[in-house]
Parts: sequence; C-alpha cells; structure tokens
Amino acid sequence: MKKAILSGNEAFARGAHEAGVRLASAYPGTPSTEILENVIKYPEIDASWATNEKVSLEVAIGASFGGARALVTTKHVGVNVMADPLFTLSYTGVRGGLVIVVADDPEMHSSQNEQDSRNYAKFAKVPMFEPADSQEALDFTRLAFEASEKFDTPVFIRSTTRISHSKSIVELGEPVQGLPEPRLERDPGKLVMLPANARKRHPMVEQRLRDMAEWSATQGFNRVEEGSGEIGIITAGVAYQYAREVFPEASVLKLGLVHPLPKGLIRDFAARFKTVYVIEELDPFLEEQIRAMGIEVLGKDKLPICGELTPGRIEASLLGAKAELPLHSGEVIPNRPPNMCPGCPHRGVFLGLNRLKAYVTGDIGCYTLGFLPPLSAMDTCVCMGASIGNATGISRVLPPEERSKVVAVIGDSTFLHSGITGLMDMVYNKSAATVIILDNRITAMTGRQENPTSGFTLAGSEAYEVDLEQICRAVGVKHVQVIDPYEIDKTRELIRSEMARPEVSVIITRRPCMLIKRDVVEIKPPLYVDEDKCTACKACLKLGCPAIEWQDREGAKGKCHVNKHLCVGCGVCEQVCKFGAFGVCHVE
Amino acid sequence: MSNSIKNILLAGVGGQGILLASEILSEVLMLAGHDVKKSEIHGMAQRGGSVTSHVRYGARVYSPIIPEGKADILFGFEQLETFRYLPMLRPGGRVLVNDLKILPPSVALGKEPYPQDIPAKIAGRFPETKVVHGMDLALEAGNPRTVNTVLIGALSRLMDIEEGVWLQAIRNMVPERFLDENLKAFELGRNA
Repeated sequence: MKKAILSGNEAFARGAHEAGVRLASAYPGTPSTEILENVIKYPEIDASWATNEKVSLEVAIGASFGGARALVTTKHVGVNVMADPLFTLSYTGVRGGLVIVVADDPEMHSSQNEQDSRNYAKFAKVPMFEPADSQEALDFTRLAFEASEKFDTPVFIRSTTRISHSKSIVELGEPVQGLPEPRLERDPGKLVMLPANARKRHPMVEQRLRDMAEWSATQGFNRVEEGSGEIGIITAGVAYQYAREVFPEASVLKLGLVHPLPKGLIRDFAARFKTVYVIEELDPFLEEQIRAMGIEVLGKDKLPICGELTPGRIEASLLGAKAELPLHSGEVIPNRPPNMCPGCPHRGVFLGLNRLKAYVTGDIGCYTLGFLPPLSAMDTCVCMGASIGNATGISRVLPPEERSKVVAVIGDSTFLHSGITGLMDMVYNKSAATVIILDNRITAMTGRQENPTSGFTLAGSEAYEVDLEQICRAVGVKHVQVIDPYEIDKTRELIRSEMARPEVSVIITRRPCMLIKRDVVEIKPPLYVDEDKCTACKACLKLGCPAIEWQDREGAKGKCHVNKHLCVGCGVCEQVCKFGAFGVCHVE
Repeated sequence: MSNSIKNILLAGVGGQGILLASEILSEVLMLAGHDVKKSEIHGMAQRGGSVTSHVRYGARVYSPIIPEGKADILFGFEQLETFRYLPMLRPGGRVLVNDLKILPPSVALGKEPYPQDIPAKIAGRFPETKVVHGMDLALEAGNPRTVNTVLIGALSRLMDIEEGVWLQAIRNMVPERFLDENLKAFELGRNA
C-alpha cells in the first residue's frame, strides 16, 4: 500500500479523486482553500472557483442532478451564503453523490466568527461525518459519496483548522470503478420543489435521518476503543486526538458520523461508566442531544465553548491540572500581528482615508488589515460583501454634514462575491455614499486565488476578464473612476472630491497584488534614506510599511531606515516625505 | 501524556519558509520510520505575522499540536519569535536559534524596544542553546534563500537520525536545479 504524508485538505482532495468525483466547486476560504487547489492535481475532475458559495453549491447540485459525483468545499461562514439552496437540496436529494466539506475555524485564526457548522447538519437535516486525521479525511470522503447515493441525500464532512492544516501519514487507495456515466434523466416530482412536491419530500427526509441513525450504529466509523477505569469519553474529530492524549487509559466512543447520532450505541456505552465526559470543540452539540436522552454527562459545564481545545486546556478543565509554565521571562515581548506586504497597493488608499478622517465600512480581505495602526482606517467589518450595504444604511440615517464621511471599501473578489447586489441597492434607493473597489486582480488573503477579474481560472487557463467599470455603470453608477493607488496624492484628492459628491460614486483603485503569481509585478531596486535629509518627522512611518524601520540614536535624533531585504521599490514612502530624504539604491 | 512522543516547535515570521522547513522535517521523520503529525496555521499568518509549526513524532501520535511546556526542541528562525515561544519548551529542552532579527510593527514604529541580547537570555535558561548564523552560511552556500536548509542542517545534529535520511528527504523535496546549493547549505549547517 502506498503511503504519503498529507494535510487534511490534501486528503480530502485525494478522497474526491478516489471517489470518482467529476466536478468540484468552491469559493476560497481559510482553512478550506487548499482542498480545491489540490483537486486540480487530478485532471479528470472539472474543478473551478465559483463567484461565491451559493453559486458553488448550485453548480454542484446541477452536476449531481446530471448524474455525476460533485464536491463543494467551504469555510464555515460560507455555509451561511449557501444556506438557501442547501436546505432545499436536503429535500430534493441527489442523483450523483454530493458532498460538502465545511472547514470550521475554532479560535478564529482567520475568521470573523466561530460558528459551529454541526448545527447546520441538524438544521438542514443533512448527515455529517467528522474525521479526526488525514486518513479519515480521505476515507470519510469516499464513504460520504457512497452514503450520499445510498440514502439520496447531500452529505456534510466537517473539518476544522487542525484537521485541514495538520499533516499525518495516509495509506492511499485506488479510484472506484464502474460509476454510471452522467446523462439526463427527468424526475420533476423529486427535483421541482414547489409546495405539492416538497410536502411529499419532507417525510422522506425525516425517515432518511432515522434510517441513517440505525445504519450508523453498525458501521466501523463509530467505534468503541476499550480502556480501563471508570471514565468513558464520547468525542469526535480532532477533539478525539486530544482526549486520547490526556486520557490514555480511558474507554472512548469515537463518533465518525456526528449527525444523526447512533442513540443505542451511545446509551449502551454511557451505561457502563460512572463518569462520562463529552469532549467536543465549540458548541455542546453532542452533549445536548445526549442529555436529552436522559444521560448525565460532563461537558461544557467544565470545558470552554469559546476557542479551540488543546490537550492542555482539556487537562486544565477536566482534571484541574495547572499548566506548568515556569519559563516565562517576565519581559514584555512585542506582538507581531500580520501586516500588508511591502509594496501592497492598498496602503496608500488607507493612508488617504486616515488623513480624510473618513468613516470606513470595511469588508473581508487583506485590506481588513487597514484597521490596524498606524493606518487605523476601518470602522466596521461584518461579512463578505457587507461594506456597501452598511455604507448605504449609515449614510441614510446620518445628518447631511456627516453623510459625506461614509466610504465603503471592498476588494475585487469580494465585490463580485456579494458586493454587486449591495451597489445596485445603493443606487436604486438613492443613497449617496462613496465606494472604493480595491482592485488588485486576485483573491489575495486566502493565498492569491484566481477570480473573474484576474482573467484566469483555477486550473490556470485564460478566462473572460470581468469589466468592473461596466458592471458599476450597468447598475446605475454615473461616476466611476479608475486610479493607480501608487499615486497617493491623486488618489487622496479623488477620494476627497468623490466623498463631497451627493451621489453614489465608485473609485476603482487598480494595481496588481505584489504577490500575484504571474510575472506582471516588477520588483524595483530598494530605496534608502539619506540621513542628512531625514528630519525624523516620522511621516513615512504612518504608512506602516514593514520595510521602514525607526532607529533610535544615542545622544541624537533618531532616523528612519529602509530594510533593503524587504523593500520592493514601490516608491510610496518617497511621495510622503516632504524633505526628499528617500533615494533609490543603485542596482549592482 | 505519552512519554515516547517527541515534540519540535518551529517558530518564525510569515514569509520565512517555516512551513517548507517543517515539510522537510516531517518527510525525514516518516522516512526514519516514525509516526508523524504536524500542524500549523495558514491564512492571516502569511502576512508577516508570528508563525509556528508543530511537529510531533514517535510510535503513535494522537494530538497534532504540542501540549504547552512539552516541546523537546524549539527551532527558531528569528530571535524574537524564538524568545516568544520559550514557554512551550519542557524543562531541559533544547533551542536552536537563527541570529536574525525582523522588527515587528510596534518596534519599526519606534513605540517599543526589540528585546536586547535574546540569544544570551535564552542560553541563560536553556544551557543547550545553539545559535546559528543562518544568513552568513546561506550566502556561503551560494544563495540567501537556502537559510532554511542551513538551519535544518544544524537541527540534524540535535536528532538521532542518520545523515543519509536527511539528504534523501532534501533530494525528494527540493527541485533539481536548486539541489546542489541546498545540499551544500545542509552540510554547512550540520557542521556549524
């Protein structure tokens, strides 16, 4: 058997290949992004970035209705976006298997909330597997497709950051053979969800959950690992690994399917122990259902609901063990938050917004870092696409003298994801805010994925390049202007004049991300600071560029200094220096 | 907690190539016949933030993350980030630290000092500390981008795995055209 060391995300992709998946669709989102980026290693799968999660699920539903196996991947908040088709898909069921991998982010390493997507499984009445390592990520993906077709249902697989981004050793299998070829097959009674049909489908959905609960009680993915002693543990996912680490002797009921639950199995297991712990991350999802069965367990009364679990946190919560941390130095260690890269085209825009004291409704992307000092130019950030609607609402309730301060900022990919409808509403309902589309030609924050403005597909082939100006004009924006954000004075002046305009206006700040994969960005020679000219005014430091460093000097004024290893020669700092202290290094 | 499991924590700054270094280390451990797990955070951390990668190995590894205070080796790519994660080490743990300094935003802005004499402070509490001049050796190997391979070479001295396994992993994972300079970087680090 061939072995490899794979991340959870690589294993989901491998599982899709082995399961005979024909189509995969997703919008990028940490920690799920790498699944599709690995799916393209298997050329038989037609994989693509969708404009948003709702579209990705609808595309996959189409493939399933055509008789092909289809995969959707998303981060937890993406399920909110796809919830509409999801809940009805639960009623229609599938033709080819349809699996949605949803990656939660306990601890919010890269997310705006910590929602537990297991609740969606229950809410939408869709079964959910939860793997505990990369091997299970692969095995459960195969299993999920089989279950999807066997029970005529979409199937969720829940990952978390620690499953998606952890690597472990995996035994690889061979792709399944003999799946039926996709072809049209009409079945409107099942697939057209008008009320009369939907009323017939709902009882089938309820029966399906009962059937799956019964089936799952006999399957190997729900298993008891016998130990010794009087403690029994019920757990799933990565929490299983932590539980085994902290309680190596305990008996464990490890659930592979977390919805619907095998109640008989749980009842029989719990009856054997004096104390039963339910160890799960985030919500008391298993715990509440087990308590509702009349079984007394210990769980979230001791374990935290907020944040991710760790072996140390479990030990401290359940055993009262104090973490042994005698080695803190006591010295203050400066934090190191993420920052916009040297040469990032967003930096000058946020400097301008800061200087203009704009009230900035923000959005999701690298530019959310414009919130951090010294730029400190973001006042709200809610979810993908929210900036424009938020700006509309605020400007409509403010007195006229404050209204002009409101500016929405949104990236190119986020605008296409769910900003267009907000902009249409802004024009339609006669709001008067300014919108800045930060167009860096890529979906940068999740790791530079292609999107409809980049002109390329996931697999790297050329695609139609969406015309943002035309979209804005088509929804009725009369004032659409494009500017190079490296020209910081012009950019600020344009923002100033458009803020004053009592109508909707859109400014597109267009320059490719510094990290874009194709060779379109020229890295120029680094700059240096002429120390005789530097007056230590610190104006350049307000840019928050990682390449500009302040150096204290003993007995003299400090100076600014450019770190040549980081500088990419964008020249924005040169423009903010009133004393002409920046020069360009000669190329050796 | 299982005693047979060994833990290595890699720490540094986003963009330094910590994830690739931990890939090579994991490959080495798998080739040496161990069960291996590694865990890290992507996304926001890429943007110049503080980055760690947890690598665990032994007969059977459960948790992919290292329990607090249980790391056997702290493998630091930057001084301040090494200093930050000292509490993850077990008493008597070993430290390998690259002598590089990268200023975090508050220091670059002149609002906070960068702690002084970090290698000496670390060595004061963990006598088994080794400081590596990664950049100097990488330049000697012919390419500043081989710093990680230099550091992996230095790490190989702290672990009981044959040199041939390390070389095999580098051959498996480094593209052909960069192989020679990386093999040289490994040797320079190993003999540092």
